[in-house]
Amino acid sequence: MANIFTTLWRVFRHAFRPRVTVQYPEQKFYLPPRWRGRIILSRDPDGEERCVACYLCAVACPVDCIALQATEDEHGRRYPEFFRINFSRCIFCGFCEEACPTYAIQLTPDMEMSEYRRQDMVYEKEDLLIEGTGKYRDYNYYRVAGLAIGGKDKGEAEREQAPVDLRSLLP
Amino acid sequence: MTTIYIDNRPYEVAEGQNLLRACLSLGFNLPYFCWHPAMHSVGACRQCAVKQFKDENDTKGRIVMACMTPASEGTRISIDDPEAKAFRAGVIELLMVNHPHDCPVCDEGGECHLQDMTLMTGHTYRRYRFAKRTHRNQDLGPFVTHEMNRCIACYRCVRFYRDYAGGRDFDVFQWHNNVYFGRQSDGVLENEFSGNLVEVCPTGVFTDKTLARHYARKWDLQTAPSICVHCSVGCNTIPGERYGKLRRIRNRYNREVNGYFLCDRGRYGYEFVNGPQRIRRAMFCYQPETAAEPFGRLAAIERARVLLEPCQHVLGIGSPRASLEANFALWTLVGPDNFYRGVSAKECRLTDTAIDMMRSSDMPAPSLHDVERSDAVLVLGEDLTNTAPMLALAVRHSTLQREIDLTEKLHIHWWDDAAIRVALQQRRGPLFVATPAETKLDDVATHIYHGVPDDLVRFAQAIAEALTAPIRRPEGMSPDLTALVEKVAETLYLAQRPVIVSGVGCGSEELIRAAANIAKALGSAGRRPGLAFAFPECNSVGLGLLGGGSLEEACRVATTDRAAAVVVLENNLFRRVPEPQLRSLVDRSRHLIAIDHEENETTDFAEIVFPSASFAESDGTLVNYEGRAQRFFRVLVGAEETQESWRWIWELLPKEQQAAHAWESFDGIQADLAQTMPAFAPILQTSPRAVVRIVGQKIARQHARFSGRTAIHTDQDVRETPPPVDRDSPLTFSMEGYQRMVPLSIAPRQWAPGWNSPQALPRFQEELRSLQELDYRGQTLIARLPSEESGYFASLPPAFERRPDEWLLISLYHIFGAEELSVLAPAIAQLTPPPYLALHPDDADELGLDQDDEVEVKIGGQTLRLASRWNLSLARGVAGISVGLPGVPPLELPVWAGLKRVVSA
Repeated sequence: MANIFTTLWRVFRHAFRPRVTVQYPEQKFYLPPRWRGRIILSRDPDGEERCVACYLCAVACPVDCIALQATEDEHGRRYPEFFRINFSRCIFCGFCEEACPTYAIQLTPDMEMSEYRRQDMVYEKEDLLIEGTGKYRDYNYYRVAGLAIGGKDKGEAEREQAPVDLRSLLP
Repeated sequence: MTTIYIDNRPYEVAEGQNLLRACLSLGFNLPYFCWHPAMHSVGACRQCAVKQFKDENDTKGRIVMACMTPASEGTRISIDDPEAKAFRAGVIELLMVNHPHDCPVCDEGGECHLQDMTLMTGHTYRRYRFAKRTHRNQDLGPFVTHEMNRCIACYRCVRFYRDYAGGRDFDVFQWHNNVYFGRQSDGVLENEFSGNLVEVCPTGVFTDKTLARHYARKWDLQTAPSICVHCSVGCNTIPGERYGKLRRIRNRYNREVNGYFLCDRGRYGYEFVNGPQRIRRAMFCYQPETAAEPFGRLAAIERARVLLEPCQHVLGIGSPRASLEANFALWTLVGPDNFYRGVSAKECRLTDTAIDMMRSSDMPAPSLHDVERSDAVLVLGEDLTNTAPMLALAVRHSTLQREIDLTEKLHIHWWDDAAIRVALQQRRGPLFVATPAETKLDDVATHIYHGVPDDLVRFAQAIAEALTAPIRRPEGMSPDLTALVEKVAETLYLAQRPVIVSGVGCGSEELIRAAANIAKALGSAGRRPGLAFAFPECNSVGLGLLGGGSLEEACRVATTDRAAAVVVLENNLFRRVPEPQLRSLVDRSRHLIAIDHEENETTDFAEIVFPSASFAESDGTLVNYEGRAQRFFRVLVGAEETQESWRWIWELLPKEQQAAHAWESFDGIQADLAQTMPAFAPILQTSPRAVVRIVGQKIARQHARFSGRTAIHTDQDVRETPPPVDRDSPLTFSMEGYQRMVPLSIAPRQWAPGWNSPQALPRFQEELRSLQELDYRGQTLIARLPSEESGYFASLPPAFERRPDEWLLISLYHIFGAEELSVLAPAIAQLTPPPYLALHPDDADELGLDQDDEVEVKIGGQTLRLASRWNLSLARGVAGISVGLPGVPPLELPVWAGLKRVVSA
């Protein structure tokens, strides 16, 4: 008998405890930066597109919802001609972010993606590309790559010697 | 066979071959760089280290290079030995010290041998913290991109380019850490096989420049086994497609045909498939003299049927660049009497003669592999490098053969490449080149003879006579030439496997017969000579076997018989015979229907144009220079209304005939062809039927890692459509299907687990031996006649003599530009020379011509204006015209004509 009253008392006490339920959507809750939500393409610290169109995100994607085409500018810098994510297929697994060698593709703490038309879930590059660097502030792939691009010649990357002079006889 | 022990287990391997090859073919993962199955061992990279033990009691062992160690009875090695493993990991770590952090932007990534080997040895972390060495790149022309930072100095590129392909403008410079592979200065690579550097380089120093313009990774390409359509050799290729565009061509190994390499025309000519000149929709010309407009598929078919029905005769004009099936379909539509081959009468005669000579030869025509292994070669009249490039490479390689045979006495293994080259020095085996002008094979030839086609006939007849053929000896030959004739005859007689290579390029029927004379004379002396002819186009032999009249005959019939309608199949007639002759056909025939994939002069004149499929969008059979029928498979589905020519023709057939010809699928038309013409029955053995399944599955054209399936088309519609159905072959347009190894003749890609680069090939070549009964390497269609003595060709043309005011015009060929389809590819077009007329400088002087002056030529009612060029190898009184190049009309050469300098106003 005493047990029953103890239980009732405990349940009654809960009525006066602070609530954990958040009144979404009126009230937003905190999502950590590493939350795997809407995918974006970021820019490097110099403001250029980070994506070099290496196709690694596309191949890592388990549902094959990323399609892109590589192209390059007149100075040899690679970038995607188009970059398309079909979010109606995306499972937000984050493999693309893990595969990305340049920190270009990142998942963000935004999970509010709902549309009346499924077609609107297809995001093109202009929908994906943001102005900032996202989670990784300092990394610039072309500063460590050996490829020469506009504004960075051979030998000007980090930890690189000046190009070999082929006509020199010095050792 | 001999027994070797690898990690204490016995294995049977071929005796005398090197351990690396043995290990790879047994399925072991042993990393290597400098070894190449066609260029063999040099032991430069130190990557394939294994531990060798004296006997089973030896526990210490010593590290040896597997590629430099022969497999002999009782050889004991260990691949898994910790010391050997550490050695290999150390080598990779050193090679990677200067390797840039480029993989994401490197075109080799995903099919990089260096990536595979790095992974294989377990080198995952860079300890080197100092600055990397860098190099400047060179511009190597429209085919190959150069990125020297990535080099690991394996020397494969120079070994291929200089030693194998005979190039001279590429070499290794500098020393120690700074070695540099490139040209002396920026410039287009001169060798016709430079594109192979892309596949030979184990990393991304040399990559495909045309691919870079529309780059896709290997795993994203939809691929299928195909056959090159740019010359008569019929090299096996793997084209790759992505987003409906053809992206690149890779080599597909076929031991009998192209082995490990391709020429640049074959590798880079593919871009015509994506060109703006492609016809994608059925067109109808509403009014004469206006351009045709899209008309709708069904309406066009209906209109064509209405046009054709009342015609008594429908003339069908076939094409040597269309598949056997397409030509057969046209043959069925118009009937045997109304089928014409669509090439000039002269080319018909030449092709027929060459096929006849192959039929009556004692030996089947030699494959490229046979030519490569030949120990004496005579080239008669054909500029092989420009008309059948891979045949030229085989001939070049054959010059090493006899010497390599001799090195056996020195106890040098045949695969010990560096030692063989030291032993050979500059010695090369017998190669005799007799051509109208200089060729690129001249530098390896033991003797060269330049003469006009008639003189070449006399030369060949003299050789045949010296080999005791009962024919008249040409008179008035110089003592030098007589000595050369004796020498050639003797060398061919003494050789084990002599080969005579000629072709239709000289435009001389006598030369073809004279070449056959030599083979016949050798045959009656108890030798077994090979006799090969280069033909003009990819299916010239197939069309020759199908038969039919020439284009001129078709023109005559069209002129006399005004009721005739003409159906032209994949053929630009304006490339075949001079325009005035064609006028009668084009203007006087009632209706002209063209089926083609490229816009050209003929489709401009056509009333109705049907968009046919290029090689990449269709299935078909091509017959190469040896008479080998080979199947090519569809790589991509044609855009819009594109479909195979034979499907269009089937739709044009009257209803009752449609019922009789069950051409619903490719197997249907093949079976019909084999039944109607039993000579073609072997084509049924060139590929598996469409119903064949491997463990219940079709073979996947797409890689298991093919990406973007649910996003590629979503810009148009988010709903995904099912992949297209392929009724014609056991391949499927999907990644769902059989992904593992299949015989190379039906393999969409060359891949083995852990081996993503083209170097995967030697890894499973041997394993495939067990599947050999499934392999389709092509079937010869040349049924040889019983060897009755069919007599020698005895005619002797008179020796060449200069004429005072006339020049003998002969054909000069160009690998880039002289072929109809490849010239539409931008990279090839870039290297196409402007049309010219070549003369001996003294003759040019006589005419007052400087280089690049304009010269006027009058041939058969046509007047040409060409830029003049000097060519020291031409005899005086002879002029060469660059035939086939854009701007040069069809000509019947050799012919005498007057030249005149054009004085610019």
